[in-house]
Formats: sequence, structure tokens, C-alpha cells
Amino acid sequence: MTSTQVAPARESHVVSSRHRFMTRHASWIPVFAAIAILVAMVIGAQIYFDGDFLSPPLISSILLDNSYLLILAVGMTFVILTGGIDLSVGAVMSFTGMFGASLLRDGLPSGVVAPVMLACGALIGLGIGVLVQYFDVQPFIASLAGMFLARGLGFVVSLNSIKVTDSSILWLQRTRWHFGDWYVTATGILALLVVAVGALLLAYTRFGRTIYAVGGNEQSARLMGLPVARTKLLAYVVSGTCAGLAGVVFTAYTGAAYPLNGIGTELDTIAAVVIGGTLLIGGSGFVVGSMIGVFVYGMIKTIINFLGVDQSWTRITIGGLLLLFVVVQRVIVARSARRR
Amino acid sequence: MSAVMKHRLFWPLVVLLALILLNTVSRPSFVRITVHDGRLYGSLIDILRNSAPLMLVALGMTLVIATRGIDLSVGAIMAVSGAVALTIIQDSGDPANPAVLAVAIGTAVGAGLVCGLWNGFLISVLGIQPIIATLVLMLAGRGIALLITGGFITTINSDPYKFMAQGYVLGLPFAFYVSLVAIAIVALIERRTALGMLTEAVGINPEASRLAGVRARGIIWGAYAASGLLAGFAGILYSSNIMAADANAAGLYIELDAILAVVLGGTSLAGGTFSIAGTVVGAFTIQTLKSTITFLGVPPAVTPVFMAAVVVVVVLVQSRRFRRFMGRLPARLRTWTSRTPDGAEAAS
Amino acid sequence: MSHSDAETASDALVAMRGITIQFPGVKALDGVDLVLRAGEVHALMGENGAGKSTLIKALTGEYAVDAGTITVAGEPRVFHGTADAQSAGISTVYQEVNLCANLSVGENVMLGHELRRGGRIDWRATHRAAAEHLENLGVELDTRTSLSTHSIAVQQLVAISRAMVTDAKVLVLDEPTSSLDRSEVEQLFSVMRDLRARGVAILFVTHFLDQVFEIADRCTVLRNGRLVGEYPLPSLTPGSLVQLMLGRELDDLEALSSVADRHVDRSGAPVVRATGTGRKGVIEPTDIDVYPGEVVGIAGLLGSGRTELARLLAGADHADSGQIEVAGKAARLANPRSAIDHGIAYSSEDRRAEGILGDLTVAENIVLGIQARRGWRKLRKAEQDAVVAEYIAALGVRPASPSTLIRNLSGGNQQKVLLARWLATAPALLILDEPTRGIDVGAKADIQRKVAELSARGLAVVFISSELEEVLRLSQRIVVMRDRRKIGELASHDVDVDAVIDFIAHEGQEGAA
Repeated sequence: MTSTQVAPARESHVVSSRHRFMTRHASWIPVFAAIAILVAMVIGAQIYFDGDFLSPPLISSILLDNSYLLILAVGMTFVILTGGIDLSVGAVMSFTGMFGASLLRDGLPSGVVAPVMLACGALIGLGIGVLVQYFDVQPFIASLAGMFLARGLGFVVSLNSIKVTDSSILWLQRTRWHFGDWYVTATGILALLVVAVGALLLAYTRFGRTIYAVGGNEQSARLMGLPVARTKLLAYVVSGTCAGLAGVVFTAYTGAAYPLNGIGTELDTIAAVVIGGTLLIGGSGFVVGSMIGVFVYGMIKTIINFLGVDQSWTRITIGGLLLLFVVVQRVIVARSARRR
Repeated sequence: MSAVMKHRLFWPLVVLLALILLNTVSRPSFVRITVHDGRLYGSLIDILRNSAPLMLVALGMTLVIATRGIDLSVGAIMAVSGAVALTIIQDSGDPANPAVLAVAIGTAVGAGLVCGLWNGFLISVLGIQPIIATLVLMLAGRGIALLITGGFITTINSDPYKFMAQGYVLGLPFAFYVSLVAIAIVALIERRTALGMLTEAVGINPEASRLAGVRARGIIWGAYAASGLLAGFAGILYSSNIMAADANAAGLYIELDAILAVVLGGTSLAGGTFSIAGTVVGAFTIQTLKSTITFLGVPPAVTPVFMAAVVVVVVLVQSRRFRRFMGRLPARLRTWTSRTPDGAEAAS
Repeated sequence: MSHSDAETASDALVAMRGITIQFPGVKALDGVDLVLRAGEVHALMGENGAGKSTLIKALTGEYAVDAGTITVAGEPRVFHGTADAQSAGISTVYQEVNLCANLSVGENVMLGHELRRGGRIDWRATHRAAAEHLENLGVELDTRTSLSTHSIAVQQLVAISRAMVTDAKVLVLDEPTSSLDRSEVEQLFSVMRDLRARGVAILFVTHFLDQVFEIADRCTVLRNGRLVGEYPLPSLTPGSLVQLMLGRELDDLEALSSVADRHVDRSGAPVVRATGTGRKGVIEPTDIDVYPGEVVGIAGLLGSGRTELARLLAGADHADSGQIEVAGKAARLANPRSAIDHGIAYSSEDRRAEGILGDLTVAENIVLGIQARRGWRKLRKAEQDAVVAEYIAALGVRPASPSTLIRNLSGGNQQKVLLARWLATAPALLILDEPTRGIDVGAKADIQRKVAELSARGLAVVFISSELEEVLRLSQRIVVMRDRRKIGELASHDVDVDAVIDFIAHEGQEGAA
């Protein structure tokens, strides 16, 4: 009865190189789209300002001004890749900044304070992860609790801004290494280092691959015998730790800690990650893409500064760009779903 | 007893009553209601009054969550609505004129509706995830509100406008009536018609509902439109309360409070079956909690710590795993206490 | 139950003894034994709800057992999760392939076992290893391609390769063939035979009896959470196996055989006539018509275009060519709703994803179809109760309680509720896509009988099923599809199953002009 073989069992090996690329690297396309947008923005601005826009110091300042966001975006990428979301990062950054600044004010050395700040971030991340993983709380809500907690704790430390005078923290920001007209600060290097470590973790470790597997299909990952619980937990810890580190960098950047810092930063971070091509449903995206997303964000801010118009346009533009990207992503996903 | 406990409103009501009890014990004046000039005053009355914007937003959020969605933009819509209303009133030069007020409020609420329709369009027509689609407006909305007010905090002086949030009718705050009317309308529309069930169907399984002939697109779109409309009204109430349009502060974090109120009321964030009565209880609970924190002498800035605690407790109580864990706890304690002589005595 | 321990102990790879699993209110398994020997294909048979999947989950460590023992290679084991079972050499391939579609083929094979060098994954070596594992099963693939670009059949083979990476001694295949076409099943079977020859014990779960007799050496039958017995397959006939599964004779199915010969009056206008209806890249322009009182079967393999055609007729997808006439008048079926308004009801092949609303009650699920047509205007309580009671009784839904949540019903009863939903809308044409897939034999007979009865009363039906016997038995006319187009039409009283298979296999090529 089943002896009638009707269709060839093997797939055709004759494939065009374009098809080959599509079947292998389709998930990189949104990243290329982000790069295209970035390039288009730069070229557009360059033309608009009669070639008076792009300069090495300007590009250097984009990294400098957004290094905290870059660090947050790396952590957020881990969480979003698992299919979750972390709304707490802005508040955690602010709280660890406050806490660190108060410890420094009390005379603790920065060599102790900085690790403590990272640990605080990690701890809040762990708490969120436990709620998500062990009590089936939606990531949205669990990280919301983390955000409220960190926001409130920031005010518990102090209602007012705390000035930071510690030389080694300030060194992170003040020292600029110049290469011709280009320059880079320790915070910038730190941010790029975080990007590199994040990218390597995701691409070349089992932990990283499990993150993708969990985001792709959590049930499958569990049935495959992968350590799903540990991985999801760790993703939130990574995000929390990044938020702690961002707290260090942001404190160095502003030279002070203020409990109202970083309001809405979680939204900027999510926007940057999504613009960088990471799908919010999880399982697809790259840290490098998030970096591009942060640069797009920084570029918009810079252009709006250059135009001299109201800064409220930044958020409007980011919102518009986010929309554009989401629509494009949506079209890509819909088309690949139809192909199947 | 267990039937009572299983009722979906049981736990939300227990939480609300416990809060009220806690307040009453710590300061009996909490439940005291005084009559002054034929108007009722007291903490409870304040809660009824101040909860109105949250109530409106939470009702809309309930419908949105029932469709499996979320609306993060409600705070921004409130800011837009307030900015529109106050800018119109300010520009008119006749802030007390009822016609001007009607135009201002109509336009502002219309702006809220347009925002809601925009969200609904992105989600139901373009198929974008709700959290992201509304994030767009959440980001851009406050920017737009700032553009409307020209980057300033617009303030006005208009007694009729002030009346909406601060006035009294028949001894009770006018804002409370606004809440009541909104609750009644939403409840009637959802439960007296089949819309409620159709909404739940869409929330449980959009594709199955579509194949069953339910106009899922229209229902989802409608939910966001309703949410935008209600947020528009909430924006009016908010700006009327402070008589200013503050694009940055108006409705800040109200989306989170509203989501909390909905979850507190027993509606699952996963969509599907929803409870309007639950949301009402939830909104009152959030407002009571906020006034509790204020009266405890905690700086308002630290309020979020308490909110965090509430979120954690609420989600843990709703978490099936946690319940199972706690359900086994008495048995564990019993086996533990029965081993100690004191425990054996206490158990008998 | 009568196995001598002396005989089994020697060659038993896995022995589950007296397995009992208790769920709140029900005993899902009650003292069940299962013995798997090296180098055998062992079928696990039973109706839905017999406890097959619970037993598998006990074996793969997803459920903890309340009583009973599991010994693997003579050693007693207690599994805490799938990772545990995998390390003991037990791997599972599920019906809905449990892989990660967002990752590459190679990664899916190797996830968690990637080859590492100097602390980081060596992708080149990992993909080479993956390719080797696939080749061992006779599959050649570019391991760097995304899994989502491959068919379900290929994904299943990838899943089996993955099991082999963990050096599985026992391979559990949970309904692997339910969405494969014949040639794909054949390929899977050759892989299974190969693994059997290499000494792997395969536990094979399926609803297709003929497949059991084709590949399995032995079978264990469960009924209502209890063990019926373990039998070497040659000692059974399909009839006796069904009898063991059901515990009763199944004459009902046979009694329907006369339906196919019933005369259909085709003098009037057809209920629905589609001319050149197609959709680019999905299905080529197709003609089909259905007359009142007629059951038109659609025969064809999965992916032949049969579901796609049904979806066009039902407005679930939009046709971009051709026209559709309903009762003689041109109709535009832009969405399911407009099809329903034209009296066309469509029951999807995917009951769970596109049919039931799990959190709503049986009653709400039944009235949803009517309610959706009415819009906001709510059905009166009395009216609703009457409709619900009528259809629960007519279709024999169990439990017959309108207020039960539908997700707590068995697959067969869920299917009956869906049927009720559509019948309640009083359609002129009922399109049933795989209405009997994955449901127990009793419910299957009920549904077949109902279809025959309704068509006798004048309802037009389009009936789609993978089981040709069923299609032949119920329909007067059969539309045969292949490679996304219609290749012919047969009168069902002229043909038998073999003739239809023959037609699918050969006619398609000649007609491909």
C-alpha cells in the first residue's frame, strides 16, 4: 500500500546563491536594514548641512554620549532573545548609580564600590528572573516590579543628587585618548568590550545558543534537554549586571547620581534593540545589531541637536523609526511564513 | 465557603478590605466621613475622587488585555488630550465659556480616540505586536504633547473646567460620577450584548475566532479605540485636577497602574476571560494603596518600592506554581509541628 | 500481562512495571507495564485518553510516577526531567516536531552537544558532525540552512538525528507520521528499520493501523489507563487490534458503506461552484462543485492542495483567480465571515489552533458561530440553552455538560462541539478538513455517521481526509488532488482505495501538460 513512491525524497541541491544566503542568514537582514538606515541618515544629514555635519569628533561623541545605552542594549538583547523583556534597566541603572555614589561619598574605594554596583544590578536581575522562571510571572510584569523597586530604592538612598568626586570613576569619562581628530574614553572602550563579550557569548557558547533555542521555542528547548531554567535566569542576570555597569558608566558620564536619572531609558533601550533587528518574539537578533540600533538613536539625537529644534522631536523620531522597523520586520516575518 | 473563595472577586476584595482595615486600625480617621456645606469629605471620598482617571484608563486596559493585547500609550494619550484641551481653552481667551469648553473637551477626547484608532490600526490591520505598537505612541505621544504646548506647562483659569475634577454633585465628587458612568457604559456594552464573549473569544484564540466568523479585526480595533477614548477623558480629568497641562508628568506610569489594577482584578494578562468588576476593585485598591503610603508619611518618591511589593505579592498569589507551593505548606508545617511536643498540643 | 520475567529480563532494554500516575481526580495510568527490547519496533496502541502520552511522558521524565518502577538496562532509574532520561539513553521525537525553527539544521542536531575547542564552539566541526549524523540516516542537507526552510518530514529526520547524537538506545516516536505524506512515511520507515538493525529500541505511537502492521514487531495496548496486554504483531489482525483497543466490535463503520452509492440529484444549481479558483504559489486554478445532499471527497496527500482549496472555498484565504458561485449567483468570499454569510461552514484541520476556544465553555463554543453572525445582539438565554442542549444530544458530546470548559474534553468530543458550532449556523455547505484525525475510533464513527445522515437530509458536504477508506465510504464523488492542483474526479462507487492511490500516483504526471 505504501510502496508507491510519489515524490522525490531529497531536496534539490541546485540553489541560487541568493537563495542559499536567504536560507542561511535570513536573520541578518534586519541588521543590514539598520545599517542602511544609519548610512542613509548620515548621508542625508551631510547633504542637508552642506557637508558640515560629519566629523571625527562628532562620531567619537556619539559613542561617548551613548556608552551607557550601548551597555544596557547588550543586556536587553539577551533578555529579548529569550522572548522576554526587561523594563527595569533604566531604574536599575539609576539606583546602582545612587547607591554607588553614596558609598563613594561614605569613603569606600571605587575598587569596592564598582563591583558592588554590578552585584546590585545582578541581584535585581536575578529576582526578576526567579519571578519569571519559577513563578510563571510574565517578564513584562516581573521586570515592572524590578523597575518600581529600583526606582523607589533610588529615592530611599537619597532624594537629591549626589556628587561624585572619586577620581578613578571620573577618570573613566574624563580621560580621552586621541587618534588624530578621533578620541575615545574608557567608558566607550568598556561599552565596546561589553558588545564584544556579548557577541562572543551568544555566538560561541552553549549558554548563548541555548538563549536562541529558548527564544525560538521554549518547549522544544526543554524537551531537548537544554538547561532552560538556568539560561533564562542568567539572561536576566546578564541584563541586570549590564544595568549595574551602565550605572557606573552613567555616573562617570554625569559626574553625579540623581534618582530621576534614566526615566524612560528602558524604552530607548528597547527601541534601539528592536531597530537593531532583534525580534521581540525572541530567538532572532544580534548584539551587533543592537549596537547599530544605539548608533541610530545617537545619530538621531545628534541631528536634532544640529537642527536646533526641540528635543521632543528625538522621541517622536525614535517612535517613528521604531514603527518603520517593526512594520518592515512584520512584512519579513509574514513573507517567510507564506513561503513555508 | 470554598465556593465563595473560588469566586474570582474573592481575592481582589480581600486585598482591598485588608488595606482599608489596615488604614483604619492605624488611624481611625481614615473611615471618617464629614459633611461640610452638603458635601462629603474624608479619605475614602478622596479615593473615590482621585481614582477616576485610573478607573477610566483601567477599564480601557481591561478590554485591550482581554483581546490579548496591552496598551502602553495611555499615559501619553492623557498628556496629549490634556495638552489639546488646555491649549484650546488658553488660545480662546474666554476660558469660562461653555461652548469653548465643549469644543476643547470634544477635540481632546477626539484626539484620544484618534490615538486609540492609530494603535488599533497598527495592531489589528498591520499585525504588529501590541507592546511595540503602543510603545511607538508611548515614545512619540509625549513629544507630540510637548509640541502642542510649545514645550511649556500650559496653565489656565477656568472654573467650569476645574469643576470636572474638583466639583461636587449631590454631595459626591463629580469625578466619581464620571467613573460610575464609564463603568456602567462599559459593563452594559460588554455584558448586555455579545461583545464581551466575542472579545473573550478573540483573546483566547484570534485565528479560531476569525474562522468562526467573528470579526476579530473590528473587535481588537474597537478595544484600542475605547482605550484611547477613555484615556482621553482621563487626560481631561487629570489636567482639570491640576489646572495645567504637563506633557511630561501627565499620566506618568498610569499604564503600569492600570495594568496592575486589571491584573489585581483577576484578569489574566494572557487575554481571554475578563472581569470588569474585578478591574473596578483593582483600581480602588491601587488608589487606596497610594493614599495609604502617603498617609504613612513615606515620601511620595519612595512609593514605587511599595508598588513593587504589591506587584510581587499579586503576581505570586496569581501564580499557579506559588499557590501549589503554598498549598503544600500547611501539610509540611503540620508534619513538622507534630514532631514537636508543643505543636502536638496546639494541634489538638 | 502474562510475561515471564525470566524471558524479558535478559533482553529488556527498558522495563516499566506497575506505572501509576495520578492526576487531580483521575488515575491517568493504573499499574501499566511496558517492556522495550533492543532492536525492536514496539507499537503503543490505544484510543485517545487511553494513557499513551502519559506513559510516554513518564518514560521521558516529564512526569514523575506515583507508583511503579522504571529499569533501564537492568538498573532502576528515577527521572527528574527530560535531560535525565536523555542521559539514560531515552530520546523522544514528538508529533509537533520539537525543534527550534529559528536555528540552523546543524544546530538543531547538535544543540547542547556542540563540539568545543578552547572553550568556544567550533562551528566547523559541529556542522561536520551534524552532517555525519544526518548522513547516517541517509539524509543529505546543508546543515547551515535554517530549519524553518525544510518540510515537516525533514524536520522529523533532523529530530531523529538529534536523538542519535545523544546516543539513544531507546527512541520514542510520538505520532511521527500524522503529517507526512506517503513517500515521507516510507523514508521514515526505512530510517526506523535501519535503527532497529543497529539495536535501537523504538517505541512507535500512531493512529494508523496499517503502519503498525507494516513496521512494528510487537505492540502494547492500553485502554482507559490500564494495560490490555502485550502482543507480538503477527498474532493480531487489524480487526482484533481495534477490538483490543476499543473493547467492543465496530460494526458501525461498516454499515456506512452503502452511502457512497446513494443517488444525488444534480439537476438544480449546485450549492457552490468554483471555476478556476486559485491562489498564486498556493494552489493552481481549480474547478469544483457540490450539489445539495452530496458529499464530495477530496483525496490527495498532505500538501496536495486539498486544505488550500478548502480554505479558498471558506474565505479563510483570499482567492486571486477564478470565480465562486453560491446557489447559482456569483459570490465574493473575502473572509470567513462572508463565506459564513453565504452558508459555507469550514471546520479546520487544526482543531486546537483554529477550532476550539479552550477557555470558553462547551455552550459558548457551540453558540459562537451563531453569535458571530448576529454581531452584538446577544442570543437570549432560553434560545441558547435550547440550541446547546439540542446539539449536545444530537452529536453525543461527552460529558454532556454545557458549562464544562472545552479544553477539558477529549479530542473527539471537541470535534463534535465544533461540528455542532457549524451545524447550529444552518449552513448549506459544510467543509470538513480532517474531522477525524487524532480522535478515537468511537468518536470517529459518530462523526462519520452524522455526516452521512446530514447529507441524506440535503446538506452539501466537502470531506477531506488522509484516510482514503473514509473518503471513499462517505462521498459520492471524489476530487483527486496532487501537487497543488486537481488532477481528476472519480465516482466513488467505481473505485477502491488502490485505484485512488494508483490515480494519484500516475494520473498526475500524464495530466501535467
